[in-house]
Amino acid sequence: MTAHDPKLSADHSNEIGLYEKRKSVFPKAIDGPFRRFKWLVMAVCLAIYWGTPWIRWDRGPYAPDQAVLIDLAHRRFFMFDIEIWPHEFYFVAGLLIMAGIGLFLVTSAVGRAWCGYACPQTVWTDLFQHVDRLIDGDRNAQLRLQKAPWTAAKIGKRALKWGIYLAISFATGGAWIFYFADAPTLQYEFWTGTAAPVAYATTFVLTMTTFIFGGFMREQVCIYMCPWPRIQTAMLDEKSLIVTYKDWRGEPRGSVKSAVKAATPLGDCIDCMQCVAVCPTGIDIREGPQIGCITCALCIDACDKAMADVGRPRGLIDYCTLVDAEKEKKGEEPTPVLKTMFRPRTLIYLGVWSAIGAAMLFALGQRARLDISVAKDRNPEFVMLSDGTVRNAYTIKLRNMEERPRTFRVALEGLAGAAMFTDEMDATSARRDLTLRVPADTTQRLRIYVVDQRGEEGEHHREHGEHHRERGHGEFAFVLTAPDDEGGMDRSETTFTTPEGHDE
Amino acid sequence: MSKPKIDDATGVETVGHEWDGIEELNNPLPRWWLWTFYATIVFAIAYCVVYPAWPLLDRATAGTFGWTSRGDLDHEMKAEASRRAGLLAELDKRTVEQIAADPRLRRAAIDGGRAAFKVNCIQCHGNGAAGSAGYPNLNDDDWLWGGDVATIHQTLLHGVRQPGDDATRMSQMPAFGRDGILTPAQVQDVVSHVRVISGQEKPSGSSQRGAEIFAANCVACHGAAGEGGRAFGAPKLNDAIWLYGGDRKALTQTVTNARYGVMPAWGSRLDPVTVKMLATYVHSLGGGEEAPASAAPDPATAAN
Repeated sequence: MTAHDPKLSADHSNEIGLYEKRKSVFPKAIDGPFRRFKWLVMAVCLAIYWGTPWIRWDRGPYAPDQAVLIDLAHRRFFMFDIEIWPHEFYFVAGLLIMAGIGLFLVTSAVGRAWCGYACPQTVWTDLFQHVDRLIDGDRNAQLRLQKAPWTAAKIGKRALKWGIYLAISFATGGAWIFYFADAPTLQYEFWTGTAAPVAYATTFVLTMTTFIFGGFMREQVCIYMCPWPRIQTAMLDEKSLIVTYKDWRGEPRGSVKSAVKAATPLGDCIDCMQCVAVCPTGIDIREGPQIGCITCALCIDACDKAMADVGRPRGLIDYCTLVDAEKEKKGEEPTPVLKTMFRPRTLIYLGVWSAIGAAMLFALGQRARLDISVAKDRNPEFVMLSDGTVRNAYTIKLRNMEERPRTFRVALEGLAGAAMFTDEMDATSARRDLTLRVPADTTQRLRIYVVDQRGEEGEHHREHGEHHRERGHGEFAFVLTAPDDEGGMDRSETTFTTPEGHDE
Repeated sequence: MSKPKIDDATGVETVGHEWDGIEELNNPLPRWWLWTFYATIVFAIAYCVVYPAWPLLDRATAGTFGWTSRGDLDHEMKAEASRRAGLLAELDKRTVEQIAADPRLRRAAIDGGRAAFKVNCIQCHGNGAAGSAGYPNLNDDDWLWGGDVATIHQTLLHGVRQPGDDATRMSQMPAFGRDGILTPAQVQDVVSHVRVISGQEKPSGSSQRGAEIFAANCVACHGAAGEGGRAFGAPKLNDAIWLYGGDRKALTQTVTNARYGVMPAWGSRLDPVTVKMLATYVHSLGGGEEAPASAAPDPATAAN
């Protein structure tokens, strides 16, 4: 082979297309067990998406009554009986990790089932493809209309169809905002034009993305935009169930008529192209596993129907692992499906997934709904008072995470002879414990002054500073308790500084 | 047009380039990707037109929207000002004593005062209001002129030793050493006495002589026991707190030359509401006293 001068041969690049127009996909309607399953998943997904914000949940007078609410303004996340504060975000992080591992689990067991059934892109594309069939007719009618000139009838049909697209998109984009505010209130505000601008902006953006991605981009999103198909090809192994065209049974393909004439016996594939016709991403599964296949299994339904018509056994296209494919080629019995799905890899995923879930549930049950944190003043570290006593200042935060106001008691633990008062109290009313009313679902910030009441003794100790260590001053704690029925306790350790420094 | 070359292994056409037998497959990019790229260019051009974009010599192009980050800030500051306007109007109508009696207004005034303190006061009194030599610590319970909120307010409004302000806090301790009222030895004796009454030294011959000099020269303002006199802004000498230091060197310097600290009259520099908020904040720092000025806080009796 001789080396070419790249500059010379580069001329050829003028004749080839570096960009490719999208090939329209007009999937044919099909019925079958997988299609019915897809209908079910679609109905459930859409019902959850549109219905959830409207579920009411009584939390008493101090909290919103929306079952699922992401209250960004107040930094709270409500989900039925669970309320998450920002510092408990690890619960949300845990859910995301569970979602990730759940995807690993599903992918290693049954391939791209997420892509094929539950992914929003799939659900909405499917919905829009049903709209296509409703307005334009099935595959062949759609193809004809696509090629037809722009007559008034075609313009009318297109306007109607895109109008329905837009209506669905608006309903989709509009529903999103209800997760972030009280749905009935926001609904009223939205239509009266008094909602926050971000509500309209969000609705507009999500309406347009739904309209464009669901109505026009469709499988292009899966093939070119979404990172998940690329990750999934790495997640799949030879024991994952994927939609497989059993070429050892189907090939050589040929119609029933040509099979009669053929010299050598043909395979089961009658080359009816039904698998291609029903594919929502427009691929030919008979070319083998490929990035465009979202494993929605509609081709299985189509092929089974064709096989039934010609009186051949079903499953020419079927869920099958690469290992089983090899076995079947050799005429061996395939692995039972349960054994395929429950193997060490999937069981480990399942174990990790369940462990995280169980740990989170445990943590949820154990978490305290009151909390104290203390920040000691560093500037100044201490204040010398005129009678020789020393005062330290602390900023205390009391968290009441219950959805009702609570009375808390904050007490000093250690530091005998000291007393405290707040910046709203008189120094003369300093005491060992304070009783405070903290509003529902609130963090209360307090300035607390602690006075070490050494009095006359202090006079002595100022001359003999070394005795301070024996007094045990230095470390002490603020203890938070709730005197009500629910109770609960938290403490926060801190230090008390004197001119001689503090005990270590 | 020549027939596209097809790669045998993949069934994909090649772009026709070949380097030592290595060829490039042509997997064409989707056309919409190209259009997206063009769209970003259009967006960038539009952005340059409507927003500040091109750097010039001393500023950037303004953009047709007239947007500036300063304008944004201004907008936010105005929104914040209008949010606070009602509260500030309420504070304006009330006296500092009335604010102190209303928990809600008091809270607001403390928070507002904290912010104003950070801008106007920390240069001398320190970020934590702990002061330093010559600048009083505002956290403690020792007050030259009084620690109830109205007195603090008065001190803030008129300042300390501000010429041209009739109500300013004015006191003038004689420079006992410099002006020859006391000899250096007598100054040392007075210093000894002051260190005795403040519990820093044991009585001595020097302090006994100093006691007599103190009785003759100092009690008029500082009181017989050195308890100070707020009417004159005379510091308490029998306590643990020293504005300029309680060691012999610092006290010698004070008695010899006297000290004249100053503070601006904030009434002529800040708006009345800010001064009220500052007074409320300073009063809340832990050493604030009940009005009218009562005994200094005595936590020992409040213990339970």
